[in-house]
Amino acid sequence: MIRFALAAVAVLFAAIPARAAVYIQEITSPGGITAWLVEEHTIPFAALEIRFKGGGTLDAPGKRGAVNMMTGLLEEGTGDLDAQAFAAARESLAASFGFDARDGSLSVSARFLTENRDEAIGLLRGAMVEPAFDPDAIERVRAQILSILGSEAKDPNEIARRTFDELAFGDHPYGSQINGTPESVAALTRDDLLAAHRATMARDRVFVGAVGDITPEELGALLDTVLGDLPETGAPQVDRAPNLLSGGVTVVPFDTPQSVLLFGHEGITRDDPDFFAAFVANQILGGSGLRSRLTREVRVNRGLTYGIGSYLVNMDQADLVLGQTSTVNARVSESLDVIRDQWADIAENGVTEDELNEAKTFLTGSYPLRFDGNGPIARILAGMQMQGLPIDYVATRNDRVDAVTMEDVRRVAARIYRPDDLHVVIVGEPEGLEASN
Amino acid sequence: MLRRLGLAGLASLSIAVPGKAAEITDFILDNGLEVVVLEDHRAPVVVQMLWYRVGAADEPPGQSGIAHYLEHLLFKGTDTVDSGEFQALVAANGGSDNAFTAQDYTGYFQRVAADRLDLMMQFEADRMTNLKVDPAEALTERDVVLEERNQRTETEPGALFNEQRQAAQYIAHPYGIPIVGWRHEIERLTLDDAMAFYDTHYAPNNAILIVAGDVEPDEVRQLAEIHYGPIPANPVIGPRDRVDEPPHLAERRVMFSDPRVAQPYVVRTYLVPERDPGAQDDAAALRLLSEVLGGSSATSVLGQSLEFKDKSAVYTSAFYSGTSLDDTTFGFVVVPAEGRSLADAEADLDRVLTEFIETGVDPVQLERIKMRIRANQIYAEDDISALARRYGAALTSGLTVADVQAWPDILQSVTGDQIVAAAERFLRDEVSVTGWFMGEGDQEVTQ
Repeated sequence: MIRFALAAVAVLFAAIPARAAVYIQEITSPGGITAWLVEEHTIPFAALEIRFKGGGTLDAPGKRGAVNMMTGLLEEGTGDLDAQAFAAARESLAASFGFDARDGSLSVSARFLTENRDEAIGLLRGAMVEPAFDPDAIERVRAQILSILGSEAKDPNEIARRTFDELAFGDHPYGSQINGTPESVAALTRDDLLAAHRATMARDRVFVGAVGDITPEELGALLDTVLGDLPETGAPQVDRAPNLLSGGVTVVPFDTPQSVLLFGHEGITRDDPDFFAAFVANQILGGSGLRSRLTREVRVNRGLTYGIGSYLVNMDQADLVLGQTSTVNARVSESLDVIRDQWADIAENGVTEDELNEAKTFLTGSYPLRFDGNGPIARILAGMQMQGLPIDYVATRNDRVDAVTMEDVRRVAARIYRPDDLHVVIVGEPEGLEASN
Repeated sequence: MLRRLGLAGLASLSIAVPGKAAEITDFILDNGLEVVVLEDHRAPVVVQMLWYRVGAADEPPGQSGIAHYLEHLLFKGTDTVDSGEFQALVAANGGSDNAFTAQDYTGYFQRVAADRLDLMMQFEADRMTNLKVDPAEALTERDVVLEERNQRTETEPGALFNEQRQAAQYIAHPYGIPIVGWRHEIERLTLDDAMAFYDTHYAPNNAILIVAGDVEPDEVRQLAEIHYGPIPANPVIGPRDRVDEPPHLAERRVMFSDPRVAQPYVVRTYLVPERDPGAQDDAAALRLLSEVLGGSSATSVLGQSLEFKDKSAVYTSAFYSGTSLDDTTFGFVVVPAEGRSLADAEADLDRVLTEFIETGVDPVQLERIKMRIRANQIYAEDDISALARRYGAALTSGLTVADVQAWPDILQSVTGDQIVAAAERFLRDEVSVTGWFMGEGDQEVTQ
């Protein structure tokens, strides 16, 4: 039988390598484009992450879905290459390019071998700078998006998200979905796509992270090739979103055995002096793993769900505290009571010293584990720049977590968790529950 | 440092220098525990994975879901460790952990800073043999499992459709039973059932320990001897005997309809061989067949024909995973374009298959696919956890480390003629299940 010495465990806690061991260089290309680079020459390939701030929020009025559809068409041909020839060329180089539009950013995630980097980068440049937007490809991608929209309209998670966004943000772009509607997508023209391309993919809003087998000089030349011919400026960014949420319950009837619950209210900004205290508080209330209060009370102790979590959502122009779970229809009311009690309890009573220490050790210890491979690190580098974080952030971030005190958590929890303001969207056939608006 | 086994196959490539990450060492402890060490010294991180050679397909009749339910209960404490304590320890050390159950295996893992390996092994070894669960907690956890089934299956018509198709694909073999279990059987599972399953299957001579990351093989061996070494082998564990599938003599059809379905589609699967130790040629041909027919929309035979040329489908795909203990499936998906029926989609699929067998494989396409497979070996070294999972799945499916290392070369050796021959030999109507996934009213349109 094995006995565990708790004292030894406590000593081990102190030995956690709380620093992420990456050396980030800021480089500027001959053409004046900056990027963050981590050189890692062990494996002969590199990962490149390019983000354009704005993304789907830059859809022109009445053209919802244009940026999304345009992004879907970037890999559908350029110059002499139609969609099939482009894919064949990319595959013969064993490079991969991912193009993804979200509300807030349009991202390009590329991965290419050292041995044929120049050819791969040439293809990537074509896709980004001179996409063909061939009519045939437009109709093919339009049909795919319409099919996806049809499926989303019958997906309870998607219905919950749409309902919540609409209630929270109304007519602001955050209040609608990046895929658009069947009507808006059906009406999009090639000119709309060209306009969406000009609006989103411009050099005044680009952030780049690169990791792998590439030198600063090579990366500089690459940046000028890929980005140098994009327009200098794009569309203006959107204004701050209104906060239209008020406390209550919205039920969307849907014939399914398990209800989806999405709940939340206004959150805390990323640059608030108490942001890190809020970050730690959220870890305790509903953070990842099976250790959070919500998971303990709703899943472990009562078996009401397979999963529950809470999140600080920081978009560029809005901030939310959000939670999500799903539970069998007959027990929705019980789940909701537990969630509300937990929301109120942390706001009134704060957290315990043990909870605070455990959350801090988890958050500081898990941070280095995120730096896991070239692609993930490149994404972190681009994301940090877009959020306006300093280049030494990786080295100082854990100190900010460690500096959070009991008093900080108590203060911020009382401020950001507001049970009376909680708006709950339920999609399903919940029993014993009245919608309050 | 001396290179140990290295990644076989890389040396013979026409492209690229072999990567320097991911060196592999394997050995077996006296009690039968097989240990595989994958080295990656780029970051001070380690993953411990303990894989048991037991999965849903090894369950007693009428107790579907017991392997998965037991996986949940492994987090509920031992003689000396409280429920949730191991997870708390992992979290307090900044790590992440989880577990997974498949038809052929059950696995547990932690990802932590490399100097935490000792502690992780201590707790993982403990729950290999000292599990002790409070009966009330076991009942609550069964509710969690039912909610998991609700979330992943009952609310997902596509998942319900897969269950029905899979049940039709296997006449006798347990792969026809869902991993999570049938609802009515989950509802009746007991802690005693789970403990009996645990006592029968959880032992060092039925497990594979994979440690991947910033570690030295000697250090891993030493720690494994300390923590897993003292656990005795279970003499009851023998070969994994499962029910044999009888000959399939009739093609089967599954007509699934659910009002929540917005986009109808056709899925057809065929019962085909899996990768066998020392005999992976058929599986390699099938793997390449799936790439040629439905690997990527813009360059595969199905995509080019149906999505690009005819515009009769919005999406097509072919799939095959050869890592399986017993016979597995090869499948196709065709999502018809607006205005096309499922009967049309099925006819399109049949026509493209017939044409393909007549025309054969485009050698340029085949070379592109092989180039991608070669490059994926390089990319794979960047994700040591994924590499560890690949070894774990292979070794619990009857393959050896040598088989895993030989696989890339075998894939490179497959010819276009062999791919066509595999299609003719294995894609036969009488071993197939064709499923129609329909919303309300789709049936009338398609008949």
